[in-house]
This record gives sequence, structure tokens and C-alpha cells, in this order.
Amino acid sequence: MCSLALFPPPPLPGDVTLYEGNNALVSGRVLETLPLPFQSQLADLPTLTIPKETLKAHSRLEHSTKPAFIHHRESLWKRCINAWRDVGVCGVLSEIANAEEEVLQWVKTGSRYALAVCHWVSSLHGSLFPHLSLTSEDMIAEFSQAVDWAGCSIRAFAWHPHTSKFAVALLDDSIRVYNTNSATVPILKHRLQRNVASMAWKPLCASILAVACQTCVLVWHLDPTSLSTRPSSGCAQVLSHPGHSPVTSLAWAPSGGMLLSASPVDTAMLVWDVSTENCVQLQWFGGGGVTHLAWSPDGSKVLAATPSAVFRVWEAQMWTCERWPTIKGRCQTGCWSPDGSRLLFTVLGESVIYSLSFSEYKGEMQGQVGGPKTASIVADLSETTFETMYGEERIGGEVHSMVWDPSGERLAVIIRGNPGSRTVIAVFRTRNSPVFELLPCGFVQGEPGAQPQLIAFHPCFKKGALLTVCWSTGRISHIPFFFVGAQFPCFSPSHSPMASLSRSSTRCWVTIGHLVVVASSLSLT
Amino acid sequence: MITMPVSSSVSADLCRPLRWVSDSFNDLYTSYTIFCILLMSVVILVISIFNVEFYAVAPSIPCSRLALIGKIIHPQQVIHSVVHAIMGMLVAWCAAVITKGRFQFLALPCTASESLDAVVSYVCLNEYHLFFLLFGAFVGYSYSLLYLVNNMNYLPFPIIQQYKYLRFRRTLPLLVKHSCVESLYLVRNFCVAYYFFGYIPRAWISTTMDLRADDKIHPLDTLAGLLDLSLFYHTWLCGVFLLIPWYIAWLLFKIYATEAYHFPVQPTFAEETDQCLPKILSSNPPLIIKFLALQDLMLLSQYSPVRRQEVFSLSQPGGHPHNWTAISRECLNLLSDLTQKLIIHQEAAATNGRIKQPSPGEVNKPLNFPGAAVVEEMAFQTQRSNVLPRTHMPSLVKSLSPLKTSTASDLGSSFGSPFTSPALNRKPGILDLNSPWHGSVQSPHIMRRGPKLWTSSSELQTNGSYLPSFPMVSVARVGHEAEQPSFMYTWLQNKQEQIRSFLSKRVLVMYFFSKHPEASIQAVFSDAQMHIWALEGLSHLVAASFTEDQFGVVQTTLPAILNTLLTLQEVVDKHFKLPHVSSKPPRISGSLVDTSYKTLRFGLRASLRTAIYRITTTFGEHLNAVQVSTEHKKRLQQFLEFKE
Repeated sequence: MCSLALFPPPPLPGDVTLYEGNNALVSGRVLETLPLPFQSQLADLPTLTIPKETLKAHSRLEHSTKPAFIHHRESLWKRCINAWRDVGVCGVLSEIANAEEEVLQWVKTGSRYALAVCHWVSSLHGSLFPHLSLTSEDMIAEFSQAVDWAGCSIRAFAWHPHTSKFAVALLDDSIRVYNTNSATVPILKHRLQRNVASMAWKPLCASILAVACQTCVLVWHLDPTSLSTRPSSGCAQVLSHPGHSPVTSLAWAPSGGMLLSASPVDTAMLVWDVSTENCVQLQWFGGGGVTHLAWSPDGSKVLAATPSAVFRVWEAQMWTCERWPTIKGRCQTGCWSPDGSRLLFTVLGESVIYSLSFSEYKGEMQGQVGGPKTASIVADLSETTFETMYGEERIGGEVHSMVWDPSGERLAVIIRGNPGSRTVIAVFRTRNSPVFELLPCGFVQGEPGAQPQLIAFHPCFKKGALLTVCWSTGRISHIPFFFVGAQFPCFSPSHSPMASLSRSSTRCWVTIGHLVVVASSLSLT
Repeated sequence: MITMPVSSSVSADLCRPLRWVSDSFNDLYTSYTIFCILLMSVVILVISIFNVEFYAVAPSIPCSRLALIGKIIHPQQVIHSVVHAIMGMLVAWCAAVITKGRFQFLALPCTASESLDAVVSYVCLNEYHLFFLLFGAFVGYSYSLLYLVNNMNYLPFPIIQQYKYLRFRRTLPLLVKHSCVESLYLVRNFCVAYYFFGYIPRAWISTTMDLRADDKIHPLDTLAGLLDLSLFYHTWLCGVFLLIPWYIAWLLFKIYATEAYHFPVQPTFAEETDQCLPKILSSNPPLIIKFLALQDLMLLSQYSPVRRQEVFSLSQPGGHPHNWTAISRECLNLLSDLTQKLIIHQEAAATNGRIKQPSPGEVNKPLNFPGAAVVEEMAFQTQRSNVLPRTHMPSLVKSLSPLKTSTASDLGSSFGSPFTSPALNRKPGILDLNSPWHGSVQSPHIMRRGPKLWTSSSELQTNGSYLPSFPMVSVARVGHEAEQPSFMYTWLQNKQEQIRSFLSKRVLVMYFFSKHPEASIQAVFSDAQMHIWALEGLSHLVAASFTEDQFGVVQTTLPAILNTLLTLQEVVDKHFKLPHVSSKPPRISGSLVDTSYKTLRFGLRASLRTAIYRITTTFGEHLNAVQVSTEHKKRLQQFLEFKE
């Protein structure tokens, strides 16, 4: 098991992590450039800063036109019709109950009672699943993968799976698409594009972006050759389903075509055939909703986390699922190894990383997930004190989000600190075969005062791995990890074997099966 | 199926909620109820037989209102409707009997007491019972009509594979809701109909069975009679009672028929040879078998490495990749047929757009086209190819002619065939409507190209799929005939045009005859599910071959596959640029009736693009070594750069 104590101390205050070379994370001043051999690799990646102040906030919060008009008394039945249209039955009831006109007294009392019953029922529902009593914005903030979704200027980030192109969702509900090969930055805006919680590019496609919004899923069809900076809202396909909002997570099937969407309010997750807008509900009661989805890169399995202490692993051919209850809290985040055989996940309230290994997917065993009986702890991220030149520093806590690089060699984790410690990114070296291995690599630090907000790996970086970090200051920086992959040996400048040897003392091996099996914490029912 | 009548009988017992608990069990064992359950089973059986007989995997879409009316009065449909009406009546009778109360019998002793002598107790007509029976017939007929109009005989294949029970459970709430709502509408419509025409069946029954009308009870075709809440409730419940089992039967049939079926790739025993996948794909089985085979191909290519290995394997004595050859050839044939069909449809659409009145002078100079010699020359060349009147893409012809080429390796090497001859780049107008070809030509598919007011283009597409197999021998003969346009012919042509323009000015005629553009496009793509699977199966297999194909059997076919896909891509792109073609799928509400056939073309476009990307991302730069035409090379480059 790996723990934070084995990590090298964090970079000096004021230093910024620049890259990994020779098996060590190198930090330095902000303006320091990369060593010459590395520069060409990153020349075209835009490093940008989108401060919060430049974004125009919403001029109006509500989307009704009500505040724009002078208040006008209407007759009761007209108001009832309006309330019916806007709010529904509850609106009509409250309108009647609060009417000042001489309505029939018994109608008034009746509606008052009905309203009380409505409130009571909804509060009952909320007591069963506390997250249902949140407003939808709070709910998105709660379940989003961004650390500070509500306050930061960047709300979601997505790399295109095949090209050097990424989309950034901002606080003002617009999305910008940056492409390394072109100077045009399309800005996507749509009437329904509000409170973006997540984005995903369609695999095996040039430029289709799915956006999880508050009320629906928008699918933008962007023309990659177009020079326009404001694609019209006609380019967006609206996928909505009653009862399926707010949408907090999206996942495309790696083979293209199908899109999964999930909402913490809806117990069903939806499988969309996007081109024809058909959807199939995958209903599974219990858990009260689905908060986070992760489709394994080989397309065989899907992780679906719920707001309660249970998560599910779906098998993506016959769509059956295995249910995994946890003891402490809900599953916060999870990620798959590139071959889909191992799932790492974290649980709210515990500062450890769990691992589940699945039997290799064959396709002959239809309708079986093939999971093990128990999960094992592979890393302990509880609070640790580091002695630095400038005093003690405490790092550790719950994991907020976790990403695995596509080659399966690096794992980046955002550790949300307790009040005493700060939020940091910890990077592990990983290997999946022949035995699973998790080694410490180091901490990634941003500019002074910047907290990590979102992390993502570049899907096709040739020289190792490239971690993109969105900081709370609105800065998006790219941190390359130069290494020779075990599977795809490729050129790495000034690679020296000595450096790798010097660090081998801090190795920690994790062998599943005889080290830690936490039957007490996680068990298959 | 046995549980269905039972469950529905329980729902009927809900008519009397108060005594339900105590009575329901007693009621279940009465002879009437048991008989009713048996009768219901028979009804369900009949309905199921109709479901089995009438299903279609490619829906037939009427292109104009006249075609729809034609479908309704088609004898087959009339039988369907009549049988359903009778079945509905039987179910309503069962419902009436199980409900008991005042609905149970058709004849009741009169309550009238005006005849004090009471020696002769008259028998009166129980109009409630009649109302129930007629409602059952009405619902049955409406079901049959909606079955036709909504294309409920269409078997939509699910977008994800799921176990049958889960699929059933998923649809059940929707089904119940749909039946309840529909029953409500049917009750309303029936009440209106009964209000106006109710006296006819009542009088008829009264006279034939010598029953008297009861004076004490309001006749039901009056407002007072119909404003009966209990009657309304019971009728509605009867409708639900009827519709739910029927829909369940329909749903179960759909689920069972579209379930994925495993075809063996290689026969284990000699007698299984006919059932293995390559054989089925290359033969001409019923369409549903072909669909299932293609679905299985898609699934195996995506999920099953072991079965993929069988596809890539070589035959034991001889070492030929028979499996792969058969599968790829069949998929390519399917796709090139689609290309062909789309080209024809585009032409039809284009010519419809620029229709003009032929002036006699224009008609009289038909010899302007490049000459019959060219046509004759072509007739020799096109022994295995079809005439493409407006081809801008010579490569198209190559990919369209794989039928005669027996081995797939031939496909790849057939570049630079003589089809780039100028004959194909003729003036586009050669097959224009106004040329005498239009009328005098014998080969039927050229006839079909004109703007016809009253042929549906579904006809075009059903025949169109056989086009590649037409030997174009007739072209030469046509060329000769075209030299002597008879006077008679011109005159007829003129008259025809005049009648047509006369008719097209009448609003009512146009109402019935006008083609709905959306419908005709849907008709072209009605069986596109097949092509979607072929695309997915082929592209997954090709992508898997990159690592799994030990003998390199796929490599030989790769140029042909790329060629076909890119050609189809061009044609599909062009199709979506036609006028009247909406670029977005219409909103589908989550209803029970599946309308996915309306959006198949969008699915086809997306999966075609994904299929090409799947191949290009897997092979990457290696594709530059594949032999394709320069045009397609450019296109491929765009795909490699993710700019398509």
C-alpha cells in the first residue's frame, strides 16, 4: 500500500511544477521555460488564463420575463392558468390558497390542505434522500468533479479524444473550444446551456460535444473547418427527458454512437442513441439517482455512482449490473485502467483509494460483470506532515477527483484537504500488469494562491503523459510527464537510467490478494 | 400468455372496489369466468397470429394520402380490421359478463309495469350490453387502424441489448399508461359516434331478435343517456381491459422477434452449413433472418474475439478465407445497393425540382444526344454495370459492380477499369424527362425515374434494390428506338401533360396525390437498420483485424471497403443537402409506439462517419499505403486529420 509519507516533499512555496523528467517532478519559477528538448512538444498547446472578472455574470438570474413588466392584477383563474403553466399543480394550489378574492371558502381550505400534504410528501421524499432537497445548482456543485464548481471561473473541461482540442465551460455558461491548430476559438452559447456540470467529446468523430446542462443534454455539432466564432444554436441538438434534470455526468461509449447521461434526481440513467434521439432508460431503484459515470476505455463496463452509500458497475453488453455497497459514504469519483480490468475509486469520508479488479473481458460471458468479492485499499492518503525549509506542511484528506492517463502509467488525484491542510494534486506512477503497482511520483503545485479545480490527461500525448490542470485562478496549465512507457517505448529526451535508479528506494508494491483485503469496509452483497 | 387473461380479469373485478376482496376469489371459479378466460386466451391467440403474420422489419411508408387510403382498403387490411373488430366484441362480451350487474345480458325482462296483466312478461333489450359490445368492436377496429397508420407492425430493433424480462419490465409502465390514455380517447370518440349512429344497430338488434325497448330507461343515444358516469367508467375500464392484453401480446412478440440470435460462423456439422452466418448473409432468406444475421454480425464484431477469429480463419483444405469473403462481400453489396438507391432517389428529386412543360419542338429533336453509337458501345461495357446517368464520380461505378466479381480480391484490384470512359460523363440531360427515352424505353427502372404524380417512391426503392443485377442489354435497343420518335407518341405525351396539369390545379386531387417529401425520404431509408449494422460490423471487424487478423485476409478487401464507404459517404452527404431534407431528427416523444424508422437516416449518417473514423483511427498512417483513388485519398486524409 502506498501512503503520502512516501512522497517527496512538496515544491517550495512560490515554485510551480513544470514537468516530469528523469523520473522526478521539476519545479521552478513561473516564467522559467522548459528545457530545450521538451519545448517543441508543447509549443502549440495554449496556456491561458480566464479570470473570473472578465466573465460577464448573468444579467438576470431568472429566465422568465416576469421582472421586465409592471405588475398587473389579473383575475384569479388567469393567474391559476399561469401558475399551472409555470409551476404545475403546486403552483395552482398555492395561488388559490393565497387568493385575496372571495373564492369559495371550502376551495380555499381544500387547496391549503392539499398544499400542506404536497409539502409533507416532498419533505418525506427529501428525508429519504437528503440530496433531493437541494436546489439544482447546489446539487450540481455537490456532485460535480470540479473542486469549487460554484465559485470558480472554470466549471468543466474536456479534451477531445483524438486531437489536440479541448473545451472549457465557464462560469457565464459559455463554452470555449480551443484548438492547437487554429486560432479561432468558437464560443458556444445556447438558451438552455445553463450550469454546465460536465462535457464530453464524442469518440470517433471530428467535433461533436455533449454538454450536461441544468435541464437537458446539449449535443453540439461543430464544423471543424468552420471559421465562425459563434456557432448558431441551431448546431445544438437538445436531448431532454422528463424528470432527468439536472444532468451531472455524461459518458460516451468508446466505440462512439451511444451516450450515457445521469442525474442525481433520476434513478434511471439514460442511454441515448444520439443520432436518432432515441433513449432507453436503465432503471435501477435504490441509491436515489446517479451522480457520476465513468465508461471503461475498452467499452466493456460503466461505473455509476449514486448519492447514497452504494455504487454500481454495469456491464455494457447486456446491461446488467453489480451493486457495491460502501460503509462510509457515497462514491465520489472513479477511474478505469486502460484495459478496463481495474477500477480505482474513492469514497466520501475516507482518505483512501480502493481498487477493484475485474476478470478480463471476453465477451463470451454475457451479462456478467465479473467483479471480485471485495475491494482492496491501494493507497492511504490520510493527513501527513512534511518538514520543509519554510516550516511544516500538512497534506492529505479526501479525494475529490481522480484521472488515469491513457497509457496507464500515471494517476493524478486531487486531494481536498481538511481545514488545516490545502488542496493539492498528487501524482502516482502506476502499472497494471503483471501486478498492479502504485508508486509515488510527487505533488503538483500551481502559482501562489491557486488551488486545483479540475484535472484531465491529454488523450494522445506521444512522449508520455500530459496533465492539464485548471486552477482556481482561472489558469489552465499543461504539465508534461516525460517517460518511456512500458507498452509503447518511444523517444524521450535525455533519459538517464541513473535517475530512475536513485528513486527506487521509495517503491511500494501493492499486490492484490495477500496484502490488504478489506472485507470489513466493502463487501459484495 | 396464460397469465394475461387472469391479470385482466382481476382488473375487471376492480369495477366493484367495495366487494372486490370478498368476491374476487369466488368470481374466479364461476363457470362464466372460466369460460371467459378461455375465450380471452383464444382471442389473444388470434391476435398473436395476426401479429406474427403482419410484422415487417422494414416499414412500408405511404408517400401520399391516396396510398394510405389504398392501404386501408387493401383486402388484407380489411380482414385484419374485421377480425380485430370481432375479437374486440368478444373481449367486450367477456368484460360485460365478468362485470355482471346491469351489463351482463343482452336481453332482460322488462321493468315496465304498464301491462298489468303480467301474464306475458316481455323481454327487453339491454342497451348497456349492446353499448359494450359495440364499443368492443369499435376499439378493435380502431386498434387495427392505428396498427396500420402508426406502422405498429414494424419491428424496431433495440439500441442496446438487454434481457427479455428487463425489456418487458421497462416497457410495461409505458404500456399501461398508453392503454389508459388511448382508452379514454376511444370512449370519447365512441360516445360521439353512438350519439349520432347508435339508433341503427339498436333498431336492427331489436327487430331481428324481437326485443322491445324499455321505456323506463333512457335510450343511450341521447345526452341524458350518455351522461352516465358509471357507464363511462365501465366502458373505459372495458377499453383498458381489452387493450392491455393486446398490447402485451404485441410487445412480447416484438421482444421475442428482435432478440439477438447467435448464428454459428463456422458449421460444426455438415448439416448446419445452411444456418451459419456467411451462408445466411449470402443467400436470400426472409428479411427478418437477414436482419438477425446482420445484428449478430454487429454483436460478434464488437464483443466476441473468439468468433471474430473464426471470421478471419482460413478454410481447412485449401486455405481460403471463405468466411471473411462471404461476409465482406455481402456487406459491401448491401452498401453499394444503398448507394445506388440514393443516387436514383436524388435524381428523382432533382428532376422533380426542374419540371417544365415540354414544347413540341424540344420533343422533336431527340437526336441531339451524343449518339446511339455511344450507347451501343456502353451496352457492351456495362454488361456488369449499371447506367449512372449523372455520375460525376467514376469511382462510383467500380464500387457498384461487385456482383459479378466473385472473389473479394478482385474488388481491390479493379481500379482503373474502363469505366472512366467519356460515355459516363455525358451530358446529364440524356435521361431527361423530356427526351423520348422517358416514354418509349422498355427497361422498367428508367421509366421510374420521372416525376410521377401517383407512384410512391417506396415502389421505387423496393425495386431499386435489385437494380445492380439488371443486365443492361436493353440499353442498346433503346438507343435504336430513340431514333424514331413517333408522332403518336408526342401527341400522347402532350395530352398526358395537359391532363396532369389540369388535375394538379384541383385542390382536392392535389390533397390526395401530393407526395409528402418527408415520407418519401423515410421510405428510401426504411430498411437502413440493415445498412447500419453492416457498417458497424464491417468497421469493427476491420478495426479488429489490425491486431487479430493473422493471415491478412482483411487486407485484400480493405481498398474495396474504403472505396465503398467513402462513396456512400459522398452520396449520403449529398442527400442531406437536398431541399426538403431536414438536417435534424424530429422530436420523438417517449410513447409506446416506436417511430424510430423515421430517424434511421440520421443513424445511418452517424454510423457511416463513425465507421470510417474507426478504420482511420485504427490504421492511422498505414492507410496511405492502401490503393485508393486520389479523390478518396484526399477524403481519407481529411478523416485522418479529424476534419470531416
